[in-house]
Amino acid sequence: MAGKPKLYYFNGRGRMESIRWLLAAAGVEFEEVFLETREQYEKLLQGGSLMFQQVPMVEIDGMKMVQTKAILSYIAAKYNLYGKDLKERALIDMYVGGTDDLMMLILVFPFLSAEDKEKQLAVIVQRATSRYFPVYEKVLKDHGQNFLVGNNFSWADIHLLEAILMVEEKKSDVLSGFPQLQAFKKRISSIPTIKKFLEPGSQRKPVPDDKYVETVRRVLRMYYDIKAN
Amino acid sequence: MSGKPRLTYLNGRGRMEPVRWLLAAAGVEFEENFLETREQYQKLIQDGVLMFQQVPLVEIDGMKMVQTRAILSYIAGKYNLYGKDLKERALIDMYVEGIADLMQMILMFPFSPPEAKDKNLDSIKERATTRYFPVFEKVLKQHGQDFLVGNKFSWADVQLLEAILAVEEKVPAVLSGFPQLQAFKIKMSNMPTIKKFLQPGSPKKPPPDDCYVEKVFKIFK
Repeated sequence: MAGKPKLYYFNGRGRMESIRWLLAAAGVEFEEVFLETREQYEKLLQGGSLMFQQVPMVEIDGMKMVQTKAILSYIAAKYNLYGKDLKERALIDMYVGGTDDLMMLILVFPFLSAEDKEKQLAVIVQRATSRYFPVYEKVLKDHGQNFLVGNNFSWADIHLLEAILMVEEKKSDVLSGFPQLQAFKKRISSIPTIKKFLEPGSQRKPVPDDKYVETVRRVLRMYYDIKAN
Repeated sequence: MSGKPRLTYLNGRGRMEPVRWLLAAAGVEFEENFLETREQYQKLIQDGVLMFQQVPLVEIDGMKMVQTRAILSYIAGKYNLYGKDLKERALIDMYVEGIADLMQMILMFPFSPPEAKDKNLDSIKERATTRYFPVFEKVLKQHGQDFLVGNKFSWADVQLLEAILAVEEKVPAVLSGFPQLQAFKIKMSNMPTIKKFLQPGSPKKPPPDDCYVEKVFKIFK
């Protein structure tokens, strides 16, 4: 019954990318079904596979899971990346909430109007360097450990690395004021499963391009620009 | 060391309301610290009390917790409202996240420009009746149990009741096509801790009014 997890999404990052990261970091192989056409999406809808008519959807352990946070929490707990008790889980949840808010700013970016893109880029860099990165810099400095929570590799570390790399794609020197995060980035990138995921040929998806945006708009019939916050 | 949980937020629903609901449903008394001025908020930031410079903030068990979802998950876990195993937790998480998407539309509604309000109200009604409520109607019909998950009261039930009541405030007859949800609403409302929370004088906050909206703009600019 249990085969590999099967991910249903577009052939691109979007909301599924954090799930790919987490599975890969946990050393779990997975399959992917890419949505290319509206018909495919409607077939999924009609088949009743999408609880709230949305993707991401991940078939795992006999469940058709939806809602990115629910999926990530399940995977983190299943593969022991969620801390050792309720309080460590609370810390991980808080940290991941922050990196998620930061990554959301980047997720909507390709769907903004050209004018809003410029403004949003400034917001991303400002939030990263004054609201989010300083928190994790301080956490690492204060306890001097290799990982964010409980001296143990967790979902929080994976999510932070993903966020760092995404912001760096927009501003390559964004870590210049953050020595702890620079060291953290090197350390976590060297973990074997993550190193493998960062190599060409892995299931990590590239920065969204026009083709990706066009596919999403076509499949979801989303022909309007998202408003920047 | 640990007294009652202490909630810091505006005197209104916003993102703190689900936390009030969950604590109340769990029978946990809590204190509230209301933000009235921008200066109060800036002082909290200067004191380093808000991890990401945002509220909600809940001081609980020696932690200064932020991020609504993290807070709710902690409370649910602590008070046994999170299912009996990973799979039940997964179901609860899916249901709660779906409902949160619906609640987000209601949360943003008071801040939409006047010309968009009718359209947004229609969207809320449409999403509630075609995307969210049918799911829970079906879940309840299929297993015939009182509660959404594992035949036991959980965070999912509290969240769904909160959402039903919030939508009903905007669309009064919204449950007319949903007999299971109508029965669910009555059953949940009669649970002692929830019944108490639904009575006047409880920490439950009223729907946001213009005064509340103004305060949000003033404090958070």
